[in-house]
Amino acid sequence: MIIDADVVTLSRLQFALTALYHFLFVPLTLGLVWILAIMESVYVMTGREVWKRMVQFWGVLFGINFAMGVATGVTMEFQFGMNWAYYSHYVGDIFGAPLAIEGLMAFFLEGTLVGVFFMGWDRISRIKHLLVTWFLALATSLSALWILIANAWMQHPVGAAFNPQTMRMEVTSFSDVLFNPVAQDKFVHTVSAGYVLGSMFVLSISAWYLLRGRNVDFAKRSMTVAASFGLAAALSVVVLGDASGYTVSLNQKMKMASIEAMWHTEPAPASFTLVGIPDVAQRRTIAAVKVPWVMGLIGTHSLDETMPGIDELVGVAKGRIVQGIQAYDAMLVLREDKNNAQAKATLAAHDTDMGYALLLKRYVDDPRKATPEDIQKAADSTIPNVPVLFWSFRIMVGCGFYFIALFGLSFWKASKRQLDSQRWYLKLALWSLPLPWLAAEMGWIVAEYGRQPWAIEGVLPTALGVSSVTSGQVLASLGGFVLFYTALAIVDVTLMLKFARKGPDGLGIWPPLSSSTTVGH
Amino acid sequence: MLDYTTLRVIWWALLGTLLIGFAVMDGFDFGVAGLLKILGRNNEERLVLLEGIEPTWEGNQVWFILAGGATFAAWPMLYAVSFSGMYFAIALVLLAFILRPVGFNFRGKVHDPRWASLWDWVLTGSGLVVMLVAGVAFGNLFLGVPFQFDGDLRMSWQGGFFGLLHPFALLTGLVSLSMLLAHGACWAALKADHTIAARAVKVARWMTLIYAVLYVLAGVWVAYGIPGFAVVGPVLTDGASNPLYKQVAQGGSWFASYMQYPWFWAAPLLALVSAVGVQLLINRRNVAGFIASSLMVGSTIASAGFALFPFLLPSSIDPRSSLTVWDASSSQGTLQLMLLVTIVFLPIIILYTSWVYRVMRGRVTLEELRKAHGGY
Repeated sequence: MIIDADVVTLSRLQFALTALYHFLFVPLTLGLVWILAIMESVYVMTGREVWKRMVQFWGVLFGINFAMGVATGVTMEFQFGMNWAYYSHYVGDIFGAPLAIEGLMAFFLEGTLVGVFFMGWDRISRIKHLLVTWFLALATSLSALWILIANAWMQHPVGAAFNPQTMRMEVTSFSDVLFNPVAQDKFVHTVSAGYVLGSMFVLSISAWYLLRGRNVDFAKRSMTVAASFGLAAALSVVVLGDASGYTVSLNQKMKMASIEAMWHTEPAPASFTLVGIPDVAQRRTIAAVKVPWVMGLIGTHSLDETMPGIDELVGVAKGRIVQGIQAYDAMLVLREDKNNAQAKATLAAHDTDMGYALLLKRYVDDPRKATPEDIQKAADSTIPNVPVLFWSFRIMVGCGFYFIALFGLSFWKASKRQLDSQRWYLKLALWSLPLPWLAAEMGWIVAEYGRQPWAIEGVLPTALGVSSVTSGQVLASLGGFVLFYTALAIVDVTLMLKFARKGPDGLGIWPPLSSSTTVGH
Repeated sequence: MLDYTTLRVIWWALLGTLLIGFAVMDGFDFGVAGLLKILGRNNEERLVLLEGIEPTWEGNQVWFILAGGATFAAWPMLYAVSFSGMYFAIALVLLAFILRPVGFNFRGKVHDPRWASLWDWVLTGSGLVVMLVAGVAFGNLFLGVPFQFDGDLRMSWQGGFFGLLHPFALLTGLVSLSMLLAHGACWAALKADHTIAARAVKVARWMTLIYAVLYVLAGVWVAYGIPGFAVVGPVLTDGASNPLYKQVAQGGSWFASYMQYPWFWAAPLLALVSAVGVQLLINRRNVAGFIASSLMVGSTIASAGFALFPFLLPSSIDPRSSLTVWDASSSQGTLQLMLLVTIVFLPIIILYTSWVYRVMRGRVTLEELRKAHGGY
């Protein structure tokens, strides 16, 4: 069955838009909740009311964002089944488990405790409320862990094998899936990015109060927390981003070469292209400014290992396609005759290449009948969009280094108690607000767009993963998402701005009004 | 390791448990939302109703997320076929699930009656949609849905959204709606200010009555008007998960499994006894009415699942492609691992959920509300 190319394009577009949109809210939840936990810990330890009010004020903003995160997260869970039905069938045996465990272990805790966090202030003791906040923070990060274990398996599918009887991948080793090295690096890198984003959120809004001379003590305290937490997170996101780069270079060589626009293999240690203009047609990078050795160090953590260029990797892919066709042929035999020893041996020898044969399905119905031209086209299709990856990566990394500098400066100013001494610094902190979002979205593009043409690296091409729906259906849902998500974004941003502007003073949170007030939901 | 057959039966039961968990725990949230404009005569009263579900609805909704995730993990084909096949129906439910969290959170964020009223309608609408579509989907399981597999086990679906709106499916949609509205009313009777609770008691009685009549009607329809499906030939309960390895015939009765396992009758009987229980026990003082409606909801879903056994999703155009408990599951290893994780975490979930309900217990009164808010 030839797959409708429009369905593939529209489904990918819908997935990318809804995932990028969901990922506007997730990192803020991940980061802000720990800042709330830190503030509330200070409150419980010192007993000073202002810290409780800080939790309540930032909690209002947290709540608005949390609702958006939960709402847009449901889409992600539905979408695999709705738009990626063959994917769901093909890898559900492995991929479904971490998603379900996320629900059992993390999201249930998160969803259950969040109501008590907002409405339980007067119903439970301080210590118990603090524990609720801590568990809430823990649950959000645990949630990220399981989602990233699932995602890491898409990048580096370990612990699974193809079963010709059920026509899908099945688990062979759960511990390999759980302790996937890619998952660990991705987890720490992603949650750190969230912590940076949460810190920037608090830092920027507080800087705005200081620029206005409002809520001065409140804002300085908030900034101090954000600066310390943010500095630790910014260091971690860059250092562990490097670890992430290293695991990518081990397991996704094509992604790495594309990020670097490294068209041809260079002698070790490879140089790092700081900037340049990747020219896809000629397979070269124009006006490249190169830093010697750096790429080799990032990618191999050594001076003598070579990193393969795109050309060489296309050649490797071509070889794997040829091997894959044999595996595909054996798979078809085994489907009819599950005891055929010869076919079993062939599949066992080449099953890791079968996915490469599936790349041919875009060009020919039966991969066994592929012409050399088809094989060349399929091999070329393993190159992701080089200019997009090249620039997304550089923007992300540039932001990362900037965050270290900004939070370093903030930390220094906070420890000198000079946070409001210079207006340029406050303005800088305020206007840096969008950058962590930019970096996070770029990171998503590098990781996921860079994985193309694969849904599961080397196993299942994205184009085969779609549902048997019509392009009209996907167009309708995509149009619906665009309209509906835009409307929600407007409401969300309006409310965020409204409550940030009102501030703790305008909301009557701090300084406290004489009568008791209920806030936070 | 447990044998494959046992694991599949356990996961069939767990799928049912999660669906029942969702219907019992989140069902009353949907019911209250659906009755918002009927039980709450003004903004203040509606706020009382919403505050009665606000601290816990989010956790309750995770039952649904978990049911989805567990289906993905344990019954990947069921997840893939149903979600992609019923594309627009699922999209409608998804829309409702997106709107609920923002509705609950955003409603009180702007002090304007039009704003509050807008979100009241959104919450009411999303409640009604989910309750109806869930019932319609269940009805379609009995009718069979139009899908088939090719040799790669790629599914194709012949039919659109309106094909799902068979009169029987509409009837089961109404069964679901009346059942969950009754359940929601029982919660409101327990949780809302006495004036509202008194109204809720009346609504609960009416809805339970309507439910009982429709439920019996649906049962009669299934018995006399809808041919059942049956696996013919040898049934391999621990074979590979590939639906195309079996033969299925349509034309029997959906009550065949009730004849085979007479204890299944306990479910429909309990459903009707619980409906009577709601009529007798509902009042504004104790939790008995709510317990009765919970049993009613749970046993109704169980009775449908029992009738379908061993089918999960029958196919009307290619019966052989039908998904059953024996050929649509994950591998033995995945079922085993997921069972272990569930055994560890489900009790913990129940534990902290109970704690939260205890912390947030008590009736939401108009008086308290006026003290805490300016009316929003």
